[in-house]
Amino acid sequence: MATSLRRQGDEPAWRWLTSAPAFALMLALGVLPLLNLLAMSFANVAWSNGAATWSFVGLANFRAVAVDPLFRAGIVNTTIFAILAVAGQMALGFVLALLSSRVRHGRIVYRTVFILPILLPGIVIGAIWKLIYNYDFGLITQLLAAFGLEPIDWLGQPTMALVSVILVDIWHWTPFCFLLLLAGIESLPQDVYEAAEVDGVSWWQELVHITLPMMWPTIAVTAAFRLVLAFKVFDEVYLLTGGGPGTATEVVSFTIYQRFFTEDRVGLGSAMSVAVILVVGALLALALAARRRAAPA
Amino acid sequence: MSVRRAAIGTHATLIVAALVILVPTVWVIGAGFRTQISLISGAIAFKPNLASFSQVLWSRGSDFVLNFRNSFVVAILSTAICLAAGTLGAWSMHRMGWPRWVPHLFLGWTMVFQMLPPVALAGAWFTMARGAGLDDTLAGLVLAHATLNLPMALWLMGNFVRDVPRELVEAACIDGASTPMLLRRIVLPLLAPGLAATGVLLFVFSWNEFAVALNLTSKHTATIPVGIAKYAQGFEVQYTQMAASSALSIIPAVLLLLIGQRYIVKGLTAGAVK
Repeated sequence: MATSLRRQGDEPAWRWLTSAPAFALMLALGVLPLLNLLAMSFANVAWSNGAATWSFVGLANFRAVAVDPLFRAGIVNTTIFAILAVAGQMALGFVLALLSSRVRHGRIVYRTVFILPILLPGIVIGAIWKLIYNYDFGLITQLLAAFGLEPIDWLGQPTMALVSVILVDIWHWTPFCFLLLLAGIESLPQDVYEAAEVDGVSWWQELVHITLPMMWPTIAVTAAFRLVLAFKVFDEVYLLTGGGPGTATEVVSFTIYQRFFTEDRVGLGSAMSVAVILVVGALLALALAARRRAAPA
Repeated sequence: MSVRRAAIGTHATLIVAALVILVPTVWVIGAGFRTQISLISGAIAFKPNLASFSQVLWSRGSDFVLNFRNSFVVAILSTAICLAAGTLGAWSMHRMGWPRWVPHLFLGWTMVFQMLPPVALAGAWFTMARGAGLDDTLAGLVLAHATLNLPMALWLMGNFVRDVPRELVEAACIDGASTPMLLRRIVLPLLAPGLAATGVLLFVFSWNEFAVALNLTSKHTATIPVGIAKYAQGFEVQYTQMAASSALSIIPAVLLLLIGQRYIVKGLTAGAVK
């Protein structure tokens, strides 16, 4: 084999061989599980001695999902969470990217610090904020006390708990939006700015009439994808609130976890997963449509 | 408004943002060096104390060293598998002359897959692993992480693969290089920086992954994030142990950030710019 010259006939074989590992992984652990989920969502699965007993139950699981109060709370909270968190991340990320792009000295230092949250485990971010938010001795309580102010019950009160979780997500993912937007700003054509400078344009006019219009495709795509990815949120909620108080911070990933794993209701959990996957798929289709409109390639 | 004052304002804003990131992180690392009493008393000043760290690392009831070993094995093996499958796959998709619909369909599918909540997949993986006798083994988690990170490996390596000059490949083919020879002698060396950038990110993301690890592991296969979460549960949250174990767990990420900042930025933004 080693001595054989590359002939036309070798191409298809190597084409398949090189893509085989990726195809195999994606089929066995990407496509098959989804089919498995779909099958389980129409059944009840009971385990005894390592063997599964399946019983077909038709649409019963999906009917149960539709009236599940936890799932409803999960969908509502996740939607609120996604919209507010992504809005915050995009606004802050854009301001920081704009400012960093103007800095001459220390840009790399800022960028190194700003990347940190992306590389921290979600569970550690949860742990960090569990300590910071702590009502009795958290850092915020201490700071407020230094100014003679009353502590805030960040995680104990329903509305505040959802706000707190959103703030943590903004802390976690603003750096990611920052990086993408900064890369976008740095790749804008410089001659436009030079021309604007010659014309004596103010920084505000420059922002509104030059930077924002040219950045629009990057902004739209980054926001759309962050919005879809916000549906993955799990780690921080698991550690900070466990979905509580009540159902105030119940998010869909956490509901699936509770139903499927904690309560061992495999059929219901699978039907929920299928429902969430359909929602994410629909959002993704919208995001792709947005990208096509934003960047007619 | 003078240019100088604007520059000061810019730096001031950026410094505040950097502090918002650094102060909570450092404060929590500091909490790992405190006793529970010193932490709860709320005193700002404290005498550093290694009790929580030694409890996390060496006490009988703690599995942290085992968790560390499991995380290391899973992250290394899943990164190796993912990087190999991703690099070969990316080369195949972009450079091996597939009919155009094949890469479109496959890479499009991996993008959809990337967006799915891992918890939704964990249920099916759990059931499948149990059927295959792989439940509660590191092998199951290794394969799960390799699959979870494969879309990212394919996109990132795809970006680096497309930068390999076509003339070079054609020249090698004319000289009679076989596909394996071409890949090993010419493509792989050119991809080295890309492999480093992608490998670092894959390692960190496997190291950090929680949702799937939580559901596919038990006591003796648990990874670090699962171990940290244990301190936050139960009747009494063990705050200082939670802080100490968190501090230990971020060592690899911080080291990689300090050494390979450029690679990480390259990896994180590679897909976005083009």
